[in-house]
Amino acid sequence: MAGLVPAIHVLFGDEVEHVDARHKAGHDDVRVCGAGCKVMAEFLQLVFSGLTVGAVYALVALGFTLVYNASDVINFAQGDFVMIGGMGTVFLMAAGVALPFAVLIAVVAAVLVGLLLHRLAIEPARGASPVALIMITIGASIFIKGVAQIVFDKQFHSLPAFSGTDPIAIGGATILPQSFWVIGGMLALVFGLWLFLERTLIGKAVLATAANRLAARLVGINVTVVLALAFGLSAAIGAVGGVLVTPITLTRYDVGTLFALKGFAAAMVGGMGNPIGAVVGGLLIGLMEAFGAGYLSSTYKDAVAFVAILVVLLVMPQGLFGRRSVERV
Amino acid sequence: MPQTAGSRGLRAAAVATFAALATVPVPTGPSHAADPIRIGSVVSATGPASFLGDPEQKTLKLYVDQLNKKGGVLGRPIELVLYDDGGDANKARTFATRLIEDDKVVAMVGGTTTGTTMAMIPVFEDAKVPFISLAGAIEIVEPVRAYVFKTPHTDKTACQKIFEDMKARGLTKIGMISGTDGFGKSMRAQCLKVVGDYGITVAIDESYGPTDADMTPQLNKIKNTAGVQAVLNPGFGQGPAIVTRNYAQLGIGLPLYQSHGVASKSFVDLAGPAAEGVRLPAPALLIADKLADTDPQKAVVTEYKKSYETATGQPVSTFGGYGFDGIQILVKAIEQAKSTDSQKIRDAIEATKGYVGATGLYTMSPTDHLGLGTESFRMLEIRGGDWVPQEKK
Repeated sequence: MAGLVPAIHVLFGDEVEHVDARHKAGHDDVRVCGAGCKVMAEFLQLVFSGLTVGAVYALVALGFTLVYNASDVINFAQGDFVMIGGMGTVFLMAAGVALPFAVLIAVVAAVLVGLLLHRLAIEPARGASPVALIMITIGASIFIKGVAQIVFDKQFHSLPAFSGTDPIAIGGATILPQSFWVIGGMLALVFGLWLFLERTLIGKAVLATAANRLAARLVGINVTVVLALAFGLSAAIGAVGGVLVTPITLTRYDVGTLFALKGFAAAMVGGMGNPIGAVVGGLLIGLMEAFGAGYLSSTYKDAVAFVAILVVLLVMPQGLFGRRSVERV
Repeated sequence: MPQTAGSRGLRAAAVATFAALATVPVPTGPSHAADPIRIGSVVSATGPASFLGDPEQKTLKLYVDQLNKKGGVLGRPIELVLYDDGGDANKARTFATRLIEDDKVVAMVGGTTTGTTMAMIPVFEDAKVPFISLAGAIEIVEPVRAYVFKTPHTDKTACQKIFEDMKARGLTKIGMISGTDGFGKSMRAQCLKVVGDYGITVAIDESYGPTDADMTPQLNKIKNTAGVQAVLNPGFGQGPAIVTRNYAQLGIGLPLYQSHGVASKSFVDLAGPAAEGVRLPAPALLIADKLADTDPQKAVVTEYKKSYETATGQPVSTFGGYGFDGIQILVKAIEQAKSTDSQKIRDAIEATKGYVGATGLYTMSPTDHLGLGTESFRMLEIRGGDWVPQEKK
């Protein structure tokens, strides 16, 4: 009998909280808001969701683009830089390093891995066909994951959000403060990259190499250095993306595969080799996934990215912003 | 070893070497003058399922040692013949055949994963040797096979536990969001099968991929479905943690139920403050220190936790608990049967009644080779980053 009383009490307590929570969640507002407004709120929610995830795809696609332009190689280890950024920061913070320094060290570590990948795997195979080089990067990706299992561990990890976890309500939808970090970080990186490529001599050397490698070499550009730079830069971009997104999506030694696939899809949709295309493609894939899951069925969510590739390849093989692969003579 | 050229030969050689390494039987306990009773085991102590198989292996060795120190069973020591299949069903089957043909074991406790268990079942069924599996799927004991038993609770039991709790709280219309990984799929199917028994209807049934990083679109759909009173998330790994976070972000505010698949401290850590108020069914072992003194499982669970943690220096896991229950049920059956005849042991296992184990209270029957009811789960609520049991027993 004694056991019954607290049971009723607990139930009652729950009931009250339950009603409270619905009030807090703004269910009354929804009723005031009406049907059209509700549709709008749902739409906004999907947009927020799509932009946040899409921003990371965009960063990965940007990394693909950089390396592709400099070398015609599609670097499938690109996603693993995202993992190194996230996991590195998690473990450095666990070791007592403050967040900003942890981020810095993790990004530097990713750059080092990127440079080593170039020096030890890509450079020795110089002259091999792009397909062989792509296979090398897939091997490197598997290797990085293997090492990460030992250096880190096999568990999922998270980072504390940079500026709180209280969702911000906008037009009936909610967005996490961290999403602003992700989207803002992506824009800042894109702008920084643009400045670097357009306004610095070495950036122009990268562009020149992308435009015509032989001509670049003839005018005295060290193509090997440019290629190493492209690997280092793409690693840095991926790692920063990984740090920004980890508080939302969590990270593990093998998250790189998915990011690489989605980022690749984004780069293809945008047009392989075009930085603007990479960003637009990334955001587009993110949005399509969110809308696919929200309006159609979540079963097809992952298929969206790949259907997008197929459609783009069939209808406009060069991608939305891609160069036509016609040789100008 | 035959010297064969080519990669095929190399592979064969590698497999053979592995097999040779893995097949060294682990002798346990002092060898008495009395003939030892041979008990077989094939677990996945290495490989992808090692997080399950390793604690199982350690538990089996630990308790066989303990039993032998106490003088064994029927005055005879127990010899544990243990093989590691590395999570490979083909290897598991080979080892199973070896246990029967070479080692001549009287019974077997093992089979870490559903895959390895299903591969070994025919071997033991044909040889008429009892096999207590440590794997999760309900397919192992449904339909009932004469010689196959299992100790881990099934997804179905977890579903029933959750629906019992929902019913008690007056929640009759729910939304579901399931992972499309093996665990999530299987549990979703089991839940949908029994949900009607509790007068609960599933108003919306969503899913997400095992590696998805954002479930707000699906949750938003659930949020906008009229009349949903609670949400259930069958899933494993990081998915449920993300669902929990997104759930808080969207401010859905309805009771959220997670499955036993994430009944671990790491889920609470990953989900963070968003986990506040989440309910999930979990085995007693997880909350050994929080069990009431009157709880029938208290003594068993506390003792096992202490022995395991002292012996291995690692935190106890529910998977090791399955191994504990497997060997205990078997030993009790041998004592009951007063014989090492496989047929008699089988009959005694089937007659297990009221055995208080680490996983739950087992009462088997000719139609139930698992014997666990919903009371083997405790409904927990996460409060302040810790588990709070929701019922007094």
